[in-house]
Amino acid sequence: MLDDTDRRLLRHLQADPGQSVAELARASGVAASKAYKRLERLEAAGVLKGLRAVIDWRALGYAVEVSLRVSLDKTEPRAFDEFMAVAREVPEVSEIQTFLGRVDVRLTVLARNMSHYQEIYRSRILTLPHIVDVEALMHVTTIKDVEALPL
Amino acid sequence: MIDLDDTDRGLLRALQQDATLTAAELGRQLGISQSVAWRRVKRLTEAGVIKGRRLDLDKEALGFGVTVFLGVKLAAKGHVNLEAFERAVTAIPEVQTVQHVLGRYDYRLRVVARDLSDFERVLRRRIMTLPGAGEVEANVVLSEERRPGPLG
Repeated sequence: MLDDTDRRLLRHLQADPGQSVAELARASGVAASKAYKRLERLEAAGVLKGLRAVIDWRALGYAVEVSLRVSLDKTEPRAFDEFMAVAREVPEVSEIQTFLGRVDVRLTVLARNMSHYQEIYRSRILTLPHIVDVEALMHVTTIKDVEALPL
Repeated sequence: MIDLDDTDRGLLRALQQDATLTAAELGRQLGISQSVAWRRVKRLTEAGVIKGRRLDLDKEALGFGVTVFLGVKLAAKGHVNLEAFERAVTAIPEVQTVQHVLGRYDYRLRVVARDLSDFERVLRRRIMTLPGAGEVEANVVLSEERRPGPLG
């Protein structure tokens, strides 16, 4: 079970994942040896799953990001699995979520520009199996992107 | 804009999985020397391609069992102050992501909560009361996959 020390360490680590264990320990008011042991334990327990690099797609020339909200044909029992299997093959798809709600699946699609997007949309998205309806939200700006948990 | 070759793409794919990999480990994985790996990563970081590192935590183990994607439409009547809405929504700790979008909704939000009743509390007390908030659509996340993106 997690105690307040674990939460404090994770809260500080979330805010600045690049810091050393010594810096983290100081910020959290914990001895470095204790911080090190706690982090090892959190990792072993699978709570701390890792540190991932975040890519700025705009810096790579992908100026267009679209959130596609897809409804699938629910009379087809294999609709989700078959849709997901083909969607995973599209390199421009960077996220896939499934939902309970009005929308069944959501895809994040990255493209260099609008004509590139149109090409992906026609040749790789509309051809995905079991689609009943697709609705697009075009990304304008990101106001907040922390994905930190309110620990 | 920066041009990538296969080695750069390999490095980015490896670092998306594990940003703690050292230049020596990256070099071994990709069949290049440690110094080449180090120089390449430095170049990608300086060009802003690697914009940061994110801690991947087991949300459920930490007590956050529910993630919800919200579509928010601003109320059409009168003068809507985007800055006031954006300032207020950004300040909600349970709101992880806020994107201004074009389409059926004006904003896309990613919200975490302990459970559905906790989510209802956030929705009623914090989201519905935002200045200018109109129609809200909630979809509860059942599964999520992060893909490498166009690095193939």
